Amino acid sequence: MKIKSLAAGVAMAVGASTLSFSVLAADTIKVGVLHSLSGTMAISETTLKDTVLMMIEEQNKKGGLLGKQLEPVVVDPASNWPLFAEKTRELLTQEEVDVIFGCWTSVSRKSVLPVLEELNGLMFYPVQYEGEESSKNVFYTGAAPNQQAIPAVDYLMNELEVERWVLAGTDYVYPRTTNKILEAYLKDKGVAAEDIMINYTPFGHSDWQSIVSDIKKFGGEGKKTAVVSTINGDANVPFYKELGNQGVSSEDIPVVAFSVGEEELSGIDTGPLVGHMAAWNYFQSVDTDLNSEFIQKWHAFTGDENRVTNDPMEATYIGFNMWAQAVTDAGTTDVDEVEQAMIGQEVPNLTGGTAVMNKNHHLSKPVLIGEIQDDGQFEVVWETDGVVAGDAWSDFLPGSKDLLADWTAPVKCGNYNVETKSCGGQAN
Amino acid sequence: MNWLTQLFAAGRTPGHRVLPFVTVLFLVTTLASMANLMLPESSPLHVSTYTITLLGKYLSYAMLALAVDVIWGYCGILSLGHGAFFALGGYGMGMYLMRQIGDRGVYGNPDLPDFMVFLNWDSLPWYWMGMDQFWFAMLMALAVPGLLAFVFGWLAFRSRVTGVYLSIMTQALTYALMLAFFRNEMGFGGNNGLTDFKDILGFDLQSDTTRVALFATTALMLGVVYILSHLILKSRMGKLIVAIRDGEARARFLGYRTDLYKVWLFVFSALIAAMAGALYVPQVGIINPGEFSPLNSIEVVVWVAVGGRGTLYGAVIGALLVNYAKTRFTAIMPEGWLFALGALFVLVTLYLPKGLVGLSGQLAASRERKAGKAAQQEAHS
Amino acid sequence: MKRLLAICCYCLGLMLSLSATAAEKPLPSELEPLLQELTESSLSKAIPVLDALEAEGGEALQPLFSYMLEGDLYYIKSSRQVIAVSEEAGQETFIDMLSGSEIEPLSSRDIKKIRVNNRLRGHLRDAIARLQLGSESAAVRESAVRSLLSDLDENTLASIREARLNESAGNVKDVMDMALALYRLESAAEASDRIEAIAQLEGSLEGDVRNALNRIADNDPSPQVQQAAQKALVGIEQKVEFYAFIDQLFFGLSLGSVLLLAAIGLAITFGVMGVINMAHGEMIMLGAYTTYVVQLLMPNHIEYSLWVAIPAAFVVSGMAGVLLERLVIRHLHGRPLETLLATFGVSLVLQQLVRTVFSPLNRQVASPEWMSGAWEINPVLSLTLNRLYILAFALLVFFALMLLLKKSSLGLNVRAVSQNRDMAKSMGIPTGRVDALTFGLGSGIAGIAGVALSQLTNVGPNLGQSYIIDSFMVVVFGGVGNLWGTLVAAFSLGIANKFLEPVTGAVLASILVLVFIILFIQKRPKGLFPQKGRAAE
Repeated sequence: MKIKSLAAGVAMAVGASTLSFSVLAADTIKVGVLHSLSGTMAISETTLKDTVLMMIEEQNKKGGLLGKQLEPVVVDPASNWPLFAEKTRELLTQEEVDVIFGCWTSVSRKSVLPVLEELNGLMFYPVQYEGEESSKNVFYTGAAPNQQAIPAVDYLMNELEVERWVLAGTDYVYPRTTNKILEAYLKDKGVAAEDIMINYTPFGHSDWQSIVSDIKKFGGEGKKTAVVSTINGDANVPFYKELGNQGVSSEDIPVVAFSVGEEELSGIDTGPLVGHMAAWNYFQSVDTDLNSEFIQKWHAFTGDENRVTNDPMEATYIGFNMWAQAVTDAGTTDVDEVEQAMIGQEVPNLTGGTAVMNKNHHLSKPVLIGEIQDDGQFEVVWETDGVVAGDAWSDFLPGSKDLLADWTAPVKCGNYNVETKSCGGQAN
Repeated sequence: MNWLTQLFAAGRTPGHRVLPFVTVLFLVTTLASMANLMLPESSPLHVSTYTITLLGKYLSYAMLALAVDVIWGYCGILSLGHGAFFALGGYGMGMYLMRQIGDRGVYGNPDLPDFMVFLNWDSLPWYWMGMDQFWFAMLMALAVPGLLAFVFGWLAFRSRVTGVYLSIMTQALTYALMLAFFRNEMGFGGNNGLTDFKDILGFDLQSDTTRVALFATTALMLGVVYILSHLILKSRMGKLIVAIRDGEARARFLGYRTDLYKVWLFVFSALIAAMAGALYVPQVGIINPGEFSPLNSIEVVVWVAVGGRGTLYGAVIGALLVNYAKTRFTAIMPEGWLFALGALFVLVTLYLPKGLVGLSGQLAASRERKAGKAAQQEAHS
Repeated sequence: MKRLLAICCYCLGLMLSLSATAAEKPLPSELEPLLQELTESSLSKAIPVLDALEAEGGEALQPLFSYMLEGDLYYIKSSRQVIAVSEEAGQETFIDMLSGSEIEPLSSRDIKKIRVNNRLRGHLRDAIARLQLGSESAAVRESAVRSLLSDLDENTLASIREARLNESAGNVKDVMDMALALYRLESAAEASDRIEAIAQLEGSLEGDVRNALNRIADNDPSPQVQQAAQKALVGIEQKVEFYAFIDQLFFGLSLGSVLLLAAIGLAITFGVMGVINMAHGEMIMLGAYTTYVVQLLMPNHIEYSLWVAIPAAFVVSGMAGVLLERLVIRHLHGRPLETLLATFGVSLVLQQLVRTVFSPLNRQVASPEWMSGAWEINPVLSLTLNRLYILAFALLVFFALMLLLKKSSLGLNVRAVSQNRDMAKSMGIPTGRVDALTFGLGSGIAGIAGVALSQLTNVGPNLGQSYIIDSFMVVVFGGVGNLWGTLVAAFSLGIANKFLEPVTGAVLASILVLVFIILFIQKRPKGLFPQKGRAAE
């Protein structure tokens, strides 16, 4: 690596070509880590980089994979979307990694996708997202909308008898899609259009006075109201603060959030938030042996007793273990073979039960709903009976209800149209 | 042949070094392209496609830096919003590339890009019309930023908005555009922007040949823009532009319509930036509103400051150096990059007002001063 | 009746006992099996247990319900004994609920929390409200009745009716009458009764009343009743609209006060020195982090922490400003564009510094009790206290600054330098020192703004960035070098933004405001209130 970077430097300076020494193949399996370590997303993504490194360290202690040690290759795409694509190309062509763990935001995934497909790479994406995608080269271990949003709405509707809905989100693709799906779902369930209020705000929105006051008015019209929040990151603190100050309590108008986890709460005084909810596939507070072992390891690895764990970390954990099993089963790190071996892999969840990788590259996982406690943790108040299978294409969107993802023979397609019986668009 | 001699003559005038610059650019481009296409991958001299794409990106950044240098270094207009023109040019190209996908998108809709299907749009908005034609898209990619620059410059320079006011206004401009493009209702894909491009003018964007061609085109355009800027700045108009920088009121009192000169130069600079953006997008494969971020625009100014403003090649060198440093630096210690960049800002403005290319001159001057002092002392003693 | 009297007596006793010791009144021993059941029942099964407890134990259960509502109710794993754990100033006290006496502290491993969820909390709140109808304080009784308005049934109504007979306070009586009328409106068989109820409810702004009237206006079998309801609604809606307007005005003023605080420091440095300080936002950020550190240092006195944080933040940011001026800006004198770049570099360094020292995660800054909640003027108009204080605080800072500039010798020097630097210098004013002090003052005020912002938004490395462009807009729009201009600009932009927002949405509102300013500046490059005189050119 050193020699190559030096060579690249010389090349840049004198304008000659890069000397591309063939890598002296030390016998390792290279694992690329593509998480932003600087810029706006560093807050969330650094944790995942550490998680992958912890998993690699652990796997190496167990003797590595296929008799080889794992070697992490960490790059920093710096929260810059074009840079994600560039770094992926670097990982796949210069470093020749066998697998990549990475990305957080949808836009970074979209930026990386063409490169992965061109160079036939393999990536694990560990964050809840809007669905509407299934690539041969990506495994999605976070929740699809039907594994987070729909169970949460079911809970509110059945257990809390909510009749009016505020769908509040930051203006980007994940909230847009989730709210589209939810709107269709609610209307399906007989909720009238005037009982649904949809609101979008920009990233980092900090003045919530008018919106909270609108929500209050909307909720004060006699029907039980809940807010389904897809508000992202920094905008949450002022939002919850304003709710508290305007006297909207979790009993009057509960808020269920899909982007607020333990890590986000660690920067908030949760006292006024008690009772508001979040829907995830994992909570740190869930009391299982596997989970407490994981938390212990995490604390030991980071050297910080107060570091919290969260859902994307569990998704990384599941993804990594599945990949390790698939590589063992396939006996090689070849992308095509590992991809086929991945389907059907099972890994125990940290919260109990087993996660299964489906044909559409999405997981089957349980869904939990937790209420915020004043110590910044969640108390699980409800969970699905069994696991829920992740849906790549939502049944509630007109554009995608006929689409199906199935990466096994004979379909082998990420967007198979069941009506026209053809694999749309993608050349595979 | 006359123009060639002229060029040679101009190349010798200090400040631009057109001939050496163009020669080096030509050599590097040809060598790198040939090394990628002709040599087998096993050859030690093979240049990987990754490097080619990286070089192409750097060159489009260099073009953007050139655009900033033309107005800042020569006319004293500090634009903190040139990223806006760059991004608009990029969106123009992005829209064309988006339309080229046709029915190969994930939803297989022949008329609508994926993100529109996704958000239940039923028809193409009017401003997407015609963007499937390359010539029209390129026209728009240049005309829209050009027009914006014209309107903005016309209003600002005629009202004599100058100095820091103008800088802040340009920043507000790019910030407002960023907010606007983040809106999904705008029909430009919101935060996700435009991506998943397949081919350009019928050539597969993923093939090595296309990438090399894009890189070579960028280099070619950089050369053309460089020579063009040089010719303009060396002309009578160029002299006047420098005069405006050094004393606008005087130039105005001499009877020149300084505002008009400034408007045209501003538009010219915006067009360069837009072209850089249009070349940038197919090489990096995505355009999104993040490119409008005020931070990006300020970074461009630093490239120019580091390289040395008021010298065209200084801007190019600055852009290449800082970006290369960024690529390397963030790989080694990501947390340190902002410290380094921040310190660079402060140190360059404090100690290197002429940038790196002015360094030798600065050193020579200080040596002369010392020598002069010594001589004076000798004379006194 | 007797029961109510008993409640009154009990509550009196409760108040006294609460203020005296941490112990509680003992509960009747026959409740023990029910309490046991409470520890065993799941979330969904707890409601009948609570109802049974309320029916059996009545008013005596209020403390238990309150502890449970707060999530402070636990049970001892071994004995299933129900205990409350209350914490004050870091000191935990353990109370056995049945005997009401304090017991030995227990390890957290021996006890388990009695879980509550939203539904239980709502149920508990209602139960407490019913029990509080006999409370000593009129305000408690009033809010108890109000909280019962949303779901009135025979049971609740009986208690209200009973309480009404003994009620002495006029305003509580009014609310009780309203509750009775509301119930009559929805349940009375005779149309005339309902019309009478409507007459009684006319003009009430209570949301539940409006909802009930709306239902009646649409669905009542009798057309006369419908008409009466519609008429009553028209009157109410007019009032509501008026208050909504006031509300919106307040939102605008509040946003304006935030803008004013953020921009005012900039107005000084920009106005006096003609220097664009891109690190201004980071001075705000430093102030916010100072608040965080102050709260870390005095964890038991959060109530007073802000009073310490304000001067501390002024000093920290002020010192940073003086340093910045001495080390960087001074050397770039007369080159405003270079200053802009250098200070931008400083802002990057400061951001990264904060990330390295405090971690990139947002930091938690608590709001003191007196800053939380709202001032409820009537059911449709309530002003949040934190924003109200910040509005007052912004005006206070503004006028203090005006006073400083107008009356002090420093102020005189500052004004002299800003009007004509060379002339001031030749009159013997130490312009160098004035520059440093001015810069310190401007930055210090930014620090104070940071304290205020820490109460509204995230305290994180990006705090400053999100306000810097807005601050510039305010200063430029108002006119550089004119503090009054800054004041007017801040409030007009705030109000414009808030009145646009309902029409256009938040994003478009800020875009429109930005575009407006850009166009305005092109028309009037010197802002709303240009500085007069040749020096301004």
